[in-house]
Amino acid sequence: MLAVITPLMRIIEIPMLALQRLLGINRLAWAFLLPNLILFGLFAFLPVILNVFYATSGSDNVLLQNRPFVGGQNFGQLLDCGNYIDANSCREDKFWRAVWNTVTFVTLQAGFMVGFALLTAVILNGRIRARGFFRSVFFFPVLLSPVVVALIWKWILQREGVLNAFLDWTGLGGINWLVDAQWAFGWSVFISVWAHMGFYTLILLAGLQAIPRDVYEAATMDGASGWRTFRRITLPLLAPTMLVVLVLALIRGVQTFDEIYAFTGGGPGTATTFIIQYIYERGFAGAPRLFGLAAAASLLVAGVLVVLTLAQLWANRRNVDG
Amino acid sequence: MRQTILRTTALAAGLGMTAGAAMAQDIRFQCYSDGNECEVYDDLLSRFEAENQGVNITVDVVPYQAILENLPVQLAAGNGPDMAKVTDLGGLNQYYLDLAPYIDTAAWDEAFGNTLDWYRAGDRQGYYGLHTQLTITGGFVNATLFEQAGVEMPGEGATWDDWATATKAVAEATDADFPMAVDRSGHRVAGPAISYGAKFLDAEGKGTFDGFKPFAEQFVAWNEDGTMARDVWASQGGATYADAAQEFINGEVVLYYSGSWQVARLDEQVGDFFDWKVIGSPCGPTGECTGMPGGAGIVGFEQTEHPELVAKIIDFLAQKDIYAEAAARTRNLPAHQGVAAEGVTFEDVTPAAQEALSAFAADLKNVSPTAFAYQGYAGNRAMFGITVERLSQAIVGELTVDDAMTRMEDDLKAAAEGSQ
Repeated sequence: MLAVITPLMRIIEIPMLALQRLLGINRLAWAFLLPNLILFGLFAFLPVILNVFYATSGSDNVLLQNRPFVGGQNFGQLLDCGNYIDANSCREDKFWRAVWNTVTFVTLQAGFMVGFALLTAVILNGRIRARGFFRSVFFFPVLLSPVVVALIWKWILQREGVLNAFLDWTGLGGINWLVDAQWAFGWSVFISVWAHMGFYTLILLAGLQAIPRDVYEAATMDGASGWRTFRRITLPLLAPTMLVVLVLALIRGVQTFDEIYAFTGGGPGTATTFIIQYIYERGFAGAPRLFGLAAAASLLVAGVLVVLTLAQLWANRRNVDG
Repeated sequence: MRQTILRTTALAAGLGMTAGAAMAQDIRFQCYSDGNECEVYDDLLSRFEAENQGVNITVDVVPYQAILENLPVQLAAGNGPDMAKVTDLGGLNQYYLDLAPYIDTAAWDEAFGNTLDWYRAGDRQGYYGLHTQLTITGGFVNATLFEQAGVEMPGEGATWDDWATATKAVAEATDADFPMAVDRSGHRVAGPAISYGAKFLDAEGKGTFDGFKPFAEQFVAWNEDGTMARDVWASQGGATYADAAQEFINGEVVLYYSGSWQVARLDEQVGDFFDWKVIGSPCGPTGECTGMPGGAGIVGFEQTEHPELVAKIIDFLAQKDIYAEAAARTRNLPAHQGVAAEGVTFEDVTPAAQEALSAFAADLKNVSPTAFAYQGYAGNRAMFGITVERLSQAIVGELTVDDAMTRMEDDLKAAAEGSQ
């Protein structure tokens, strides 16, 4: 084996030495990074730059050379509001409805997600029967396609769905879940939590298992109650992991689109229309296709996601630094 | 010697293949089906291929959503097919191949005079589209429910109000869930809206929602009081299409307002479950009793490398005998006036479906010129979307009807500015 590798290395060594002489040893690192940087630039930076071009140009033409430069007009249209709280006072009311729906959704979804994931992780971390089975059960929805999740729940919740059939059978009478704005929104939050909780439970479970056993043993010897142990030991030691989970859930919440779009289509009215759906409809589904407006909205969302990602990096670092 | 023969044979075969490849003309036809259209065109076009050696037509069957969303982007990027079956007739005009230099325009004027304008826009007034699938919106009623309720069915010239009263009585008597239902589509409500006074186009031929309010008020009120199936419009967001065909098939709706393309589905799925019939479009307060015409057509694109061949293929499908066969096999109303005048015996349909299709064909005479003009307006797709979005918001209570009307006008202005 060595007999094959050594001559090969010698062949590679010749251009590498030449390159090292040309660039110097410190700058050689860039040469190693270059292939990755080219790929990353092509698939990450180039779309961002193109997005900026689209956001600052008008018309429904897709080709950049046919799009007139309009500066900040698209951003102006999105941000033109009498009162940002009242979407009806905004020129682009659908954008602001989507923004406030997203804010409410993300707050509720991330809150419930962390809460339920923590509860589940604590239960699954305990000595319960068929622990492995239950861990799989809670993780299973994560493996489902978002569209499948949406279709399953639509089948359950539609007017003549499984849930209403059951309610009718019990004599309680069905509810038109998907036609009522508040119910539709509530179910959207529930489904999102149900579908993704397994992933966050897994992270928290790993966090729980990383807490040293001897701390709990000491607490038991001191006669601390279960609740006190949870409040004074588990929660503080798990806090960095929970912060990571919270930030990840917030990022995921802002990006929500596929499963809710397939579930309610954003309705009733605009009750479950979130920001990514607004961007999709403006840029691709509606007529005319307002790529500029969609690109401007997506840059604003990107700004929010950058802030959340920085928060996640900070939380991760805090976690590592202990 | 043997080697020489082999070499010569291989060389000849190679040259032959190269020459064949150079002569072959490949045409890609992007097609979507409401029923069996693409299958029938594929079959008809294989006859064209047999008559024209070296021509290879590939029918790419795609979902309807791809025609609406992907095709315009492909065309804008210059990567479109050679020809396609489209429904945004005037909206894609800028990409159409003008067939005029290659076809007998007088014959086309005579056969397709009613629909040629739908494919034209602005100063592009050529010959672009072969309207293969003429549709008209109209109502279907569950005759069995009327019979069970002992309510007399309103006759010819009945208004929307008459039908609302009658269907409510039927629903009450038979426990049907909904007296009426209309597809969630801007195209579907356009006919009734015109009957209530909507203009849709101003004196300069530009889009407007002038006169739409009376219908909007009535439609929202019907959704609020349960006359109209609220589920259809309220359970979706954006401009997403939703129909109420399944509810009608299940016997839950007394009057279902949709269009002629539903006949095959109802014929197949309702079966002996109940009797249904086509009633055309009820009348509005203006005295108009109009539905909306529409449908799909085949167009060629300017970016094709074989414009003459594409025109020849489309002209082949426009020939009276071929067109009549396609109409009969696909069970679509013919836009070809010669074929329509002679009548079509549709294949594999029951007498009920034949009667329904004939009723729709007969209702074409009631279609208002406003409806024809609106169907031919290049910006109608934007207006259909705006109608659905804002009307839905009014139905679920996010906007008042007045606010919805103001927003519709604003959206229309923004759409016009955005597409400049």
